[in-house]
Amino acid sequence: MADHNGKDNGNGEAPVLDISGLRLSYYTRAGEIPAVMDFDLTIAKGESVGLVGESGCGKSTVANGIMRYMGKNGGIVGGTIKFQGRDMAEMSEEEVRRVRGKDIAMIYQEPMAALNPSLTIAAQLMEVPMIHEEVSEEEAFQRAYDMLSAVHIPDPKRLMDSYPHQVSGGQQQRVVIAMALLSRPALLLLDEPTTALDVTVEAGIVELIAELSKESGTSLLYISHNLGLMLEVCDRICVMYSGEVVEEGHISSIFSWPKHPYTHGLFGCIPLPHADKNARPLNAIKGQLPLPHQRPKGCYFGPRCEFFQTGRCDSDHIPMEEVFTDDDDAHRVRCLRWNEIDHDEARTVETTRDPIEVGDTVLEVDNMRKYYEVKESTLAAMVSGGSVRQVKANESISFDAGEGETVAIVGESGCGKSTFAKVLMGLETATEGEVRLDGTDLGSIEVKKRTPEQLASLQMVFQNPNDTLNPSHSIGYQIGRVIKRFGIESDPAKIQERVHKLLDTVKLPRDFVNRKPRQLSGGQKQRVGIARAFAGNPKTVIADEPISALDVSVAAAVTELLMDIQREHRTTLLFISHDLSAVRYLADRIVVMYLGQIMERGTTDEVFAPPYHPYTEALLSAVPIADPEVEKRRIVLEGNLPSPLDPPKGCPFSTRCQRKVGSICDDEPPPVQLDGDDHSIACHIPLDELREVEPVITIPDRDLEAPAAPQA
Amino acid sequence: MSQLILRRVGMMILIMLVVALLLFLMNEGDPRLIARSVLGPYAQDQQLDAWIAQHGYDRPIMVRYFDWIGRVLSGDLGDSIIYKRPVNEIFWDRLGNTGILAGVTFVVMVVVALTLGVLAGMKEGSAQDRVISVFSITTTSIPEYASAVLLAWIFVFGLGWLPGTSAMTGGFNVVELILPVMVLTLYGFGYVARMTRASMAEVMTNHYIRTAMLKGLPYRHIIMKHALRNALIAPFTVIMLQINWLLSGVVVTEFAFGYKGFGALLLEAALRRDIFVIEACGLAAVFVAVFTQTIGDLGYTYLNPRIRFK
Ligand SMILES: Nc1ncnc2c1ncn2[C@@H]1O[C@H](COP(=O)(O)OP(=O)(O)OP(=O)(O)O)[C@@H](O)[C@H]1O
Ligand code: SF4
Ligand code: SF4
Ligand SMILES: [Mg+2]
Repeated sequence: MADHNGKDNGNGEAPVLDISGLRLSYYTRAGEIPAVMDFDLTIAKGESVGLVGESGCGKSTVANGIMRYMGKNGGIVGGTIKFQGRDMAEMSEEEVRRVRGKDIAMIYQEPMAALNPSLTIAAQLMEVPMIHEEVSEEEAFQRAYDMLSAVHIPDPKRLMDSYPHQVSGGQQQRVVIAMALLSRPALLLLDEPTTALDVTVEAGIVELIAELSKESGTSLLYISHNLGLMLEVCDRICVMYSGEVVEEGHISSIFSWPKHPYTHGLFGCIPLPHADKNARPLNAIKGQLPLPHQRPKGCYFGPRCEFFQTGRCDSDHIPMEEVFTDDDDAHRVRCLRWNEIDHDEARTVETTRDPIEVGDTVLEVDNMRKYYEVKESTLAAMVSGGSVRQVKANESISFDAGEGETVAIVGESGCGKSTFAKVLMGLETATEGEVRLDGTDLGSIEVKKRTPEQLASLQMVFQNPNDTLNPSHSIGYQIGRVIKRFGIESDPAKIQERVHKLLDTVKLPRDFVNRKPRQLSGGQKQRVGIARAFAGNPKTVIADEPISALDVSVAAAVTELLMDIQREHRTTLLFISHDLSAVRYLADRIVVMYLGQIMERGTTDEVFAPPYHPYTEALLSAVPIADPEVEKRRIVLEGNLPSPLDPPKGCPFSTRCQRKVGSICDDEPPPVQLDGDDHSIACHIPLDELREVEPVITIPDRDLEAPAAPQA
Repeated sequence: MSQLILRRVGMMILIMLVVALLLFLMNEGDPRLIARSVLGPYAQDQQLDAWIAQHGYDRPIMVRYFDWIGRVLSGDLGDSIIYKRPVNEIFWDRLGNTGILAGVTFVVMVVVALTLGVLAGMKEGSAQDRVISVFSITTTSIPEYASAVLLAWIFVFGLGWLPGTSAMTGGFNVVELILPVMVLTLYGFGYVARMTRASMAEVMTNHYIRTAMLKGLPYRHIIMKHALRNALIAPFTVIMLQINWLLSGVVVTEFAFGYKGFGALLLEAALRRDIFVIEACGLAAVFVAVFTQTIGDLGYTYLNPRIRFK
C-alpha cells in the first residue's frame, strides 16, 4: 500500500494540499488559545498522509482548519492553506461551501453521531450530488445506490430506506464513507475513522478506504493515535506535538529511524510483539502535554525529554531540520540534538523484572451460563405467543486463574465480556454453573447479599473512569468510603493514612485527596479508579478495557502501574480487552470469546501460534502492528457480528468464518478439541489441519540489540 | 404504530370517563342542590322532593352517572336553567365561535413562535437571538387583560384602526377578530418560542449538523432539512398543550372584548350555577385537553423515528 508515488511533490505535479506556516487559535474567556502553531504540510495527488500525536495536540483542529470550519470561537490566525492552488483562507463563504463535501470531504470518529437520526440514509446520501452537481433525483438515487454497493453493503436498497439507528456501527461508518466519496473528492480528511469500531470491522473499513481512494486518486489525511494503523494505511506520516509537527517523513523512514525523542517515546509506549512485560517493559513518556497557552520556551517537548540540555533546548524556538537517510529525502525533525542522540544506548538502561510466579487457583469458572430474557412487543410475536426470547450472553464459560496470574478475555463488542464481568461482580447472577472465588460460589450471590469481605476480594476497574467516579465528591472521600465500607479501617486518621498510601501506589500526589474528578485528566482518573479497586486488598481484580479510552503514553503508564501493583499484592488480574497487542503483552493466559462462547483458550504463546481457531486467526490479522519488520498475513472478514438475539445455529462464527468447512458449521455446534493440557479450540476443522496453518504474524529475530536493516 | 394509537385512544377514553365522573359528582352529587337551582330559592321542600322523584334523582348516584353518560353520548346535554332552552341550542354555537378564535390564534401563534424560536436558536447568542429572547420573555409576563387594555388603547383609541368590541352584532366580521387574536398570541407565543429556541440551539450543536455543514450544503437547506425536524420534536408536545392553555386564556379575552364564545358562556354559567351548561362546557374542555395530549404524544412518536421503530 505504501507506494511512494507522491514524494514531496517533486514530480512536477502541484500538490493537492499545501499548508504553510498555518496558525489556528481559539478564543475563550481566558484569552487566545494558540492550538496550532506554524504548521506545514503538503499532500500530493493520491498520497496518503498520517497525522499522529497525543490527545489535545491539535490534530482535529488542523482538519477543521483545512475545512475552514473552526466553530464560533476559532479562526485562522496566520499562514496559508492552499487547496488545489487556491488559498482557503481567502475564499468567500460561498466558495468554501462549494469546496466542502465536493472537493474535500471528511469522515469522523462517531458514525452514529455524524448521521442525522430523523432522515433516511437515502436522503442523506442523495442530497450531496443533488446540491453540488444539481443532478436529478433519479440520478442521485442511482449514485447513492452505486456508492453503497461500492462500500460493500449487502442490501443497499433496504439500507437506503433505513434510519441510521437501524443499522450497525460498522455499516453506519460505511454509509459515512459512501457519503464522503459520493462526489469523488480530491482530498479526504479522516479523523479517527475507525476508533469506535471493532477490530475485525476496522480492518474491513481500512481496506475499503484504501481501495476506493486508490481507484479515484483521492488524497488522504489520516488522523489517528494508532501508529500501527498508520503503518498500514499511510505513505507519509507527521508526528504532531503541542500544535506543531515535530517529525515527518515516509513511513519506512520514521518507523525504522525515528529521530525525535517524542516519536521514540511513542514507540516505547505501544506493546509491540517483541515487547515483554518482564524483559522489555513499556516505557511511558513522563509528564503531560502542555496546554497551548502554557508552552515552555524553546522546545515544547523539553520538560518531558530525557535528552534535554539547559541553555540549548530552552532558548530559541526549534526549527525543522532535514534528516538525510539513504531512503528518504523528506524526513525532517524538530530537535536540536537528533544527530547526537543514540537511542539504542539509551535503551540499555531500561529496567527488567522477574516474572511473577503463579500460585494456587483463586478463581474457578465452571460451566457458567448467563441467559437474558428479552420481551418482544411486535404484534407478530404476541400473536404467535413467542414473545419472550433468550439471549445467550454467556454459554458454558469455564476457565480458572491462579494467584498472581493475568488471564485475558478477548473478543469484540457483543461477545459477552461485560456480561461475564457483571456476573462476577454480582450485578447479575449466573443462570447456571458456578463462579468460585477461593472455593465459594459467587455466581449466584447478588452484590447486595455479598459480605464485605467478598466484596472487597473482587474489585473492578472500568473502561471509562468518568462513569464511575462521583463528580460531586472529592477523590479522598471516594477512596476512603470504600475502605470504610469494606471494613479495612474505621478510624478516620487510619483511613486518611491508607488513602495517602494508595495515592502513592498509583503515583498520584497526595494533595489530590481534595480534588474533584473534573480537575483530573483521563489518565489520572483511571489511576483513582485503580486506587479504589485496590483499596480493599482484593484477591482478584477485573479490568474491563481499562486503557482503551486512554492516550498511548497514558495507557502505557497505567498498564505498567497495574502490573506493578499486581506484582506487589499477588493479585489475580482478569483483563478484558479487544486489543490483542495489549493482551499479548500483559496476559499469561487468554480466553477468546465470540458471541458468548469460548472459541479458544490457552496460554498466550499457544493462542498466538498455530493451531489457531479461525476467529483468533482473523483477530490477530486485524490488529495493526506498528512495526514495519513484522510481517502479517491479511485476513479480512466479511460482514458484521450477528445479533446476539439471533445467533447462528451451529458454530457462532459460521457467518463470517474464512475457513468454514461447509454446512456442518451452520448446523452443528463445533466440538471442543484439546491440544495439550489446557489449550482448547472449538472448531469442526481437525487440529492436525489447523496445525498446518501458517503463522499470521512473523516477528524477525531481534536477538541482536542493534537495529536490524530496514526493509527497502 | 397502530398498536400505540389503540392504546392511546383507550387511555383517552378512560381518562374522559374518570374526569366526567368527577365533574358529575361535583355538579350533581347532591340532588337537593340541583332541584334548588332549577326551581329557585323560594321552592318548598315538598316541591324539591317531588322534582327529585319526578326526574329520577332519587336513584343511586352511579346509575344516574351512567344514565347521564348515555344521554350525553346520544347528544342530549340537558336544558339550560337560565335560558330555559336545550343546552344544545346555545352550546355548539358558542363552541364554534371559540373554535374560530382559538383556531386562528393557534395558527398565528404557532407560526410566530416557531419562526422566532428557530431564528433565535439557530444562532445562539447572536444579536438576533437576544432581541427575540427578550421580546418573548417580556410579552409573556404581561397578562391578557393588561395587554387587552394596552392594545385597545393603541389600535382603537389612538389609531382608530380597529373596533373596540368583538360582539359580531352585524354578523361575522374578521376585523373584530384581530384584537383578541393579537392579545392571545402575544401572551402565549413566548413559551413555545423559547422552547423552540432551546431545542434548536441544542440541535445546532449536534455532530450531524457539522456533517451537513461539511457536506457543503447551503445554510438554508441545513436549517430546513436537517435541523428543523429534530428541533421541532420537543416543542411539538408543548404546542399541543398550548391548546389547553388557549381555552383558559380565551375566557378572559372573550370577556374583555364581549366576544360571544364558549368562555363567556362558561363564565356566565358558573356565576349563575347553570348546571348542565357547566357540565357541557367542562366535558368539552376536558375532551380538548385529553385529545390534544394524545395527539401530542402520537405526533412526538411519529416525528422521532428512534422511538417509532423500536
Ligand atoms: N472550541 C474550542 N475552544 C477552545 N479550545 C479548544 C477548542 N477546541 C479545541 N481546543 C483546544 O485546542 C487544542 C487542540 O485540540 P484538538 O481537538 O485539535 O486536539 P486533537 O489532537 O484532535 O485531540 P484528540 O486526539 O483528543 O482528538 C486542545 O488544547 C484543546 O483543548
Ligand atoms: S530539542 Fe532538546 S528538549 Fe527538544 S526534543 Fe530535542 S533534545 Fe529534547
Ligand atoms: S466450526 Fe466451522 S465456522 Fe466455526 S470456526 Fe470452525 S471452520 Fe469456522
Ligand atoms: Mg481530535
